[in-house]
Amino acid sequence: MSAATPAPAPATSGRESLVLSVLTNPLGLIAAILLVLVITTAVFAPLIAPFAPGDLQIFKINAPPGDGYLLGGDGSGRDIFSRLVFGARNTLIGALIALSVAAAIGVTAGLFAGYFGGRREIVMSWIADGLMALPALIVLLAFYQSLGSSIQVSMVIFGIMLSPGFYRLTRNLVNGVKHELYVDAARVSGLSDMRIIARHILLVIRAPVIIQTSIVAGISIVIQAGLEFLGLGDPSVPTWGGMLQDAFANMFVVPTAILWPGLAISITVASFVLLANAIRDRLQQGNRTASVSKMPKVEAKPVGAAPTESDLLLDIRDLVVGYPGKAGWAEVVKGVSLQLRRGEVLGLVGESGSGKTQTAFSVLGLLSTGGRILSGSIWFDGRDIANLPEDEMQKLRGKRIAYVPQEPMSNLDPAFRIGFQLTEPMMTVLGISRSEAKARALELLAKVGMPDPMRTFKAYPHQVSGGMAQRVLIARAISCNPDLLIADEPTTALDVTVQAEVLELLRDLQAEMGMSVILVTHNFGVVADICHRVSVMKDGQVVETADVRTLFANPQHDYTKMLLGAVLDDVTPRTYAPRTLKEISA
Amino acid sequence: MLNYVAKRLASSLVLLALVTTLTFVMVFGGADNVAQNILGENATSEQIAALEQKLGIDRPLYEQYLSWVSGALHGDLGQSWTLGESVARILSGRLPVTLSMVILATAIIGVVSALLGIMAAVRGGWADRAIQVISVVGFSLPNFWLGLILVVVFALNLRWLPATGYTDFTTSPTGWLASLTLPVAALVLSGIASASQQVRGAMIDALRQDYVRTLRAGGIKPSSVLFRHALRNAMPAALTVLSLQFIGLLGGAAIIERVFAIPGLGSITVQAALSGDIPILMGVVVTMIILVVIVNIAIDLTNAWVNPKVRL
Repeated sequence: MSAATPAPAPATSGRESLVLSVLTNPLGLIAAILLVLVITTAVFAPLIAPFAPGDLQIFKINAPPGDGYLLGGDGSGRDIFSRLVFGARNTLIGALIALSVAAAIGVTAGLFAGYFGGRREIVMSWIADGLMALPALIVLLAFYQSLGSSIQVSMVIFGIMLSPGFYRLTRNLVNGVKHELYVDAARVSGLSDMRIIARHILLVIRAPVIIQTSIVAGISIVIQAGLEFLGLGDPSVPTWGGMLQDAFANMFVVPTAILWPGLAISITVASFVLLANAIRDRLQQGNRTASVSKMPKVEAKPVGAAPTESDLLLDIRDLVVGYPGKAGWAEVVKGVSLQLRRGEVLGLVGESGSGKTQTAFSVLGLLSTGGRILSGSIWFDGRDIANLPEDEMQKLRGKRIAYVPQEPMSNLDPAFRIGFQLTEPMMTVLGISRSEAKARALELLAKVGMPDPMRTFKAYPHQVSGGMAQRVLIARAISCNPDLLIADEPTTALDVTVQAEVLELLRDLQAEMGMSVILVTHNFGVVADICHRVSVMKDGQVVETADVRTLFANPQHDYTKMLLGAVLDDVTPRTYAPRTLKEISA
Repeated sequence: MLNYVAKRLASSLVLLALVTTLTFVMVFGGADNVAQNILGENATSEQIAALEQKLGIDRPLYEQYLSWVSGALHGDLGQSWTLGESVARILSGRLPVTLSMVILATAIIGVVSALLGIMAAVRGGWADRAIQVISVVGFSLPNFWLGLILVVVFALNLRWLPATGYTDFTTSPTGWLASLTLPVAALVLSGIASASQQVRGAMIDALRQDYVRTLRAGGIKPSSVLFRHALRNAMPAALTVLSLQFIGLLGGAAIIERVFAIPGLGSITVQAALSGDIPILMGVVVTMIILVVIVNIAIDLTNAWVNPKVRL
């Protein structure tokens, strides 16, 4: 896709700035404060708690708050508050154990599987899948007798069971970066695998692993509390889960006692999750475009009156297209005017990012999320369709304005047979029956040069070649006899020999059906082959529009000369013999 | 296609064999004081030896394993050490209870997450914010604590629903629903929290695909683009999430059954873990893995149906 959206702001690179920006997020700040509070409580538990966790006073069994017991007494007459404080310590230790085991195994295995691949990866992935297929709690219950009542041993096992999460995350991240240029460069320059992993790859996986760590810490706390709640912990060690068990046993006497340990668990876990979210939000911020709702309101007014010449199918006047940016609207198309007559083929040429695709999408009313037509008019057959309501626009698409995309394989829905994808638009747009649509689809497939239309009709997209897929897309685009066909680099993704065939097909169909075509391309060879007129775009503006022959013979603008020069210096064997309108339609 | 299923099935059988063997070695290998635990502190060494012989744990581990496997292959999972009944009979009585609860919960998670996730992906706005809040809340509230709170509020204070117990569906459908309402409510929140986010992500990914723009350019109705094309392509990811939810619920059921005193697989597992009834634990592990395998294969088949590329 050559769709030009404003470049994302670079993500912060320094660790300090990440920490800082997470703390400027209010939820991130609250979460961080709460976590610091819980950890401090855990570390200094003996100093904070007024009583030892095992101290019991017989007359304070299930006592209400007060008289030294801040939150009351539990079922054995122990101070709930003191046990909460000590519980923080034991809960965090358990979570830390599970977390360390999971991260150590998962990240290491993920690094090696991702970096070296091959059989090792297959075996490790199989083990990971197997571990993920087991209900962790059931396994921990089954092992309880042989592991003993130490919750910490159980947390080691739980850590092993959680390691696939780290493994998959790390492996996928490493797979994503190991063929990046800078990693290749490091390899070529002779750095050892270990150095590359340590220097380049750990850097990439750091932040996602921190996020995963935060989430896993939460999961560990919950599972640990669950085991203790079931009575699988050491009763002499105060923990939040164990306190819940005690509160559950006395629930009919003091229902409020279930509140405190549960709140402690929930608040701690929520803090971990919110912290993870804050980090993730921060990391994603660079990729997110500003919200449209915060942008200044715009309303494009028609420019001038409807064109009077009935021969003029499309008349774009002063079109400005913008996307939300950091400082207001970022314009990608800056005042483009184009005219297209009936039966004419217009080439729209320019480098990627010149705004040609955005201009084409404006005509279809299919700008990417956030994109707006800020001003200007698109007169189509006597009607301004810039900023036409979506439901009106939908009636035009397919029926009067059709579209052929650049990349054929990604533009067919992989889940449906080609036949369905051909008949669906005809049935929707033309309102014909399924059997009629099928007959027409088979005709069209033959027309676009499919050797065996029935076989293609029944095939799934992944069963045909790229060239065939593009022919299918062309067949679909012309299936409802459009007046205007917008082809966005229709040959770029194809093999050279197939390119020529597809181009020839487009030319034949255009001549036969007499439709107008806007051909978006960066290739002057394609322009010479099929177009009548050319508009050259640069930086969101049309710098030159001319008849094909004139443009090739006598380019006016420096930029056009430069582009042509670049092409002519090329070693492509194509000869540039632009034809006239008459020759093409003949 | 058949090839693909056979491969998955073979891989699952290997998993089943590996896990049961490993579990067997872990639980039987660690079963040192079983007889002592069952008989109590005052048992004589003769009594202990006699019981060990009766339970068959005086034999070498591999011998115990072989006899267990040959029994299991015939559907005989041995005798419970503490309940004096065959394990297969105990489990078959309890499996339907847990299954009905877990299936109900999975269905609710699936429907609610699909609705919320699609709404959030398409509209953003309130559904998006709701998912964000639910994801934090659902993740942070342990299901057993939520269960306890539900009991206090709806059973003890409002007295709308029973606090404990289970009514069979065949005995009374409404009683069944009443007995499962609170446990299922406690179970689904965390599932919805994670599944709805995944559905949202899968849907956003699907809607970002090139072919969606091309479909729209072809005049296809928005409802068809969304529900026919995008949803179908988002389905495999969503179903995989649901299968993981199902596995998680099997574990979660153990605690929830304890809270609500429901006589299912989970509560017998806890009971067996505490009393050291190893044959039951082995039986539970085997049952759970078979369930997981069945669910995973069902999901794989559905995915193959949805996504023709997998069928190769």
